[in-house]
Amino acid sequence: MDFKDILKSTEFGIFVAFLALCAILSFATPNFLSIYNISTVMKQVSFIAIMSVGMTMVILTAGIDLSVGAVLGLVNVLAALFINKFGLAPGIGAALLCGAFLGFANGITIVKWDLPPFIVTLGMMYIARGLAMVITKGWPITGLPASFCCLAEGRLIGIPIPVIIMIIIYILGYLFLSRTIWGRYIYASGGNEKATWLSGVNVNKIKILVYTITGFLSGLAGIMLASRLSQGSPITGTGYELSVIGAVVIGGTDLMGGKGSVLGSLIGALIMGVLDNGLVLLGVSAFWQQVILGVVIIVAVAGGSMRRKLFMKGEK
Amino acid sequence: MKKKTADKYILEMENVSKTFPGVQALNKINFNLKKGEVHSLVGENGAGKSTLLKILAGAYKKDTGVITLEGKEVTITDPKQALDLGISVIYQEFNLIPNLSIAENIFMGRAPRKNSAFIDFTKLYKESELFLKKIGMKKNAKTLVSELSVAEQQMVEIAKSLSFSAKIIVMDEPTSALTESEKETLFKIIRELKEKEVSIIFISHIIEEVLEISDRITVLRDGNYVDTVNSKDTNPRKIVQMMVGRELKDFYPKEEAKRGKVVLEVKNLTKKSKYENISFQLHEGEVLGFAGLVGAGRAEVMRGIFGIEAPDSGEIHIKGNKVKVHSLFETIKMKMGFVPEDRRAEGLILSRSVKDNINITKLPHINFHGFVKQKDEERIANEYCKSLRIRTPDTKQIVQNLSGGNQQKIAIAKWLAIGPRILILDDPTRGIDVGAKKEIYSLINNLAKEKIGIILISSELPEIINISDRILVMREGRITGEFLRKDANQEKIMRLAALRN
Repeated sequence: MDFKDILKSTEFGIFVAFLALCAILSFATPNFLSIYNISTVMKQVSFIAIMSVGMTMVILTAGIDLSVGAVLGLVNVLAALFINKFGLAPGIGAALLCGAFLGFANGITIVKWDLPPFIVTLGMMYIARGLAMVITKGWPITGLPASFCCLAEGRLIGIPIPVIIMIIIYILGYLFLSRTIWGRYIYASGGNEKATWLSGVNVNKIKILVYTITGFLSGLAGIMLASRLSQGSPITGTGYELSVIGAVVIGGTDLMGGKGSVLGSLIGALIMGVLDNGLVLLGVSAFWQQVILGVVIIVAVAGGSMRRKLFMKGEK
Repeated sequence: MKKKTADKYILEMENVSKTFPGVQALNKINFNLKKGEVHSLVGENGAGKSTLLKILAGAYKKDTGVITLEGKEVTITDPKQALDLGISVIYQEFNLIPNLSIAENIFMGRAPRKNSAFIDFTKLYKESELFLKKIGMKKNAKTLVSELSVAEQQMVEIAKSLSFSAKIIVMDEPTSALTESEKETLFKIIRELKEKEVSIIFISHIIEEVLEISDRITVLRDGNYVDTVNSKDTNPRKIVQMMVGRELKDFYPKEEAKRGKVVLEVKNLTKKSKYENISFQLHEGEVLGFAGLVGAGRAEVMRGIFGIEAPDSGEIHIKGNKVKVHSLFETIKMKMGFVPEDRRAEGLILSRSVKDNINITKLPHINFHGFVKQKDEERIANEYCKSLRIRTPDTKQIVQNLSGGNQQKIAIAKWLAIGPRILILDDPTRGIDVGAKKEIYSLINNLAKEKIGIILISSELPEIINISDRILVMREGRITGEFLRKDANQEKIMRLAALRN
């Protein structure tokens, strides 16, 4: 990739927007650039950002997963339950498996019954959230061991552990999508599902895979939140699906499939997190924050499509 | 023929031409229609029939020429205007909404109202019944279209045309989906319409029925007007001759390849209402052409063999091994490749690069524990770009930006990458320019020399005749004939492809 390609890439455009946002905020508020604030923002962003890796893959296949917030909630509860029952490591392992299984269930239903992902994952959203309520009868599960709770609050070489996990997930996600055959298949099936299938690629397996990964990562975020809040609560992650989709879309991934990257989604998640934080620092009311976030999502996507048209004109 | 007079013809089209980018679709076509006449348009696929009728329907705009309707020159700019002028087209794909009633479909968008906002259903049904009675259809106007057979849906289309008080009804291949008895009913309706002074333009591939129903026949070939004849004064042979009689240029670089062992054997392949008892053998180094008209079932047979839509019964043997599961994963493993007819929808991932498209079949072989060997990927893409002379700035180029011919080469290259023993090409030269066509022909020659067995479907007879070693002809889902290259000519093939004997 040469310099011109980088300038032309969608990710670069979003990155410039992100830098501009940071520049404005650091002038407007004295606290924005402090180490403490940045580390707080990063920690907050990490949960959404981790799920965005999976969501990026799902959207690249022209699918959608509305159940990520609810799966996070259910696994959050299950993690607390399992850890209290079976101990730390087995509990975390079992909870991760549950997350992956819920995603797998999404994928297999979409593929076997040939249903729109929107419908299946909408159903899963209610099922997972409902099950979390059933299990806890609506009450949070507490009494988690201190060793678990310090996981999310701990630091490694000065970086919060959730942020480290996020970075690892992004490196793996990036390598997976850009270097492995499965990554190639994900882009291909999003670009033209039929042609990909006719080339002998088992598109169904690829779809099941991306939903399973998304379920797994939502579960991981759920466990991290359980650790951070030292409890398993059935309402954790309510509405997260929209933030995750927002981050992926701001990051330039095309809802029609085939175009996008995890790098874009990371910047997208950061933009949402920084904006959130900046508006709090500026003393903007929580209600107005939502309005502004909505505008940003629309403007970001509109800007992306305008850039694309501009570059296309330049070529022909 | 006698000199035409303005009042004698309800419709006259004179010197109508239409050019699409790179193609002269119609070149100075003359066509006229008398009151109460059935006038058929015949010609091979791509002769220009559809273009002509789309101009008449207002779907396309003519470049030059004059259209005169009842003595007055008209310019048809859109389908709505064509309808207002009394021209109604019934396309092969009906424009009916299945979950609405017959009556609602007939009066789509112009249902009688009461109190200006509500549909007057009493009146709607009453008026619809009137039109249904006119064509002798005994269905209740409240019946949903989805409950009707294809033939009945067609009758609803005709009723709809009459409700527009159409003076000219164009029927594009109306019999293609009908059974013999349904066809008779349709012909009866057409004859009744004639008596009511409605003029009909009839388009069909089946020459016998054209002769049976029409008063006059106009033949088009490659966008040119050939002749107009009276049905009484002609016969099927003469029509076929007019359809195919074109000169052949030195355009087909056929080279004989050595014919080897049988690579593919198909026995009694059958899929209900698609194809029946298809049996043939394909040898190494052989180019086996499949001739036939659109809808003869050639593509369906190939899709059955490749495992896209599994056949109901029959056997497929690849290199002597029986294919057990009718799945394309299986046939690809057995080294079969398939280049589909619609390369944009099925052959290529347009939004991805040349490199990604060529390597998509190859990825299972060029990875290390799942990680793509990017150097191999690049090397393979470059190799095929060079050997097939794919003109692209580099292998990173998005396929969408390339020309049709280069796209087609990529669609073929991805199968060459697996080292195929059998390659099925479904109309590989469709919509590509003359130069690229010639390159594809040379490529087919070279592949045959490499002992690949090739099946070639094409709608262009000269192409099939000159590129294939052996030709099978299909009509209505069956194989109706076989020729060696030296025995084949367009007339013989067309007769087997179009005539019901």
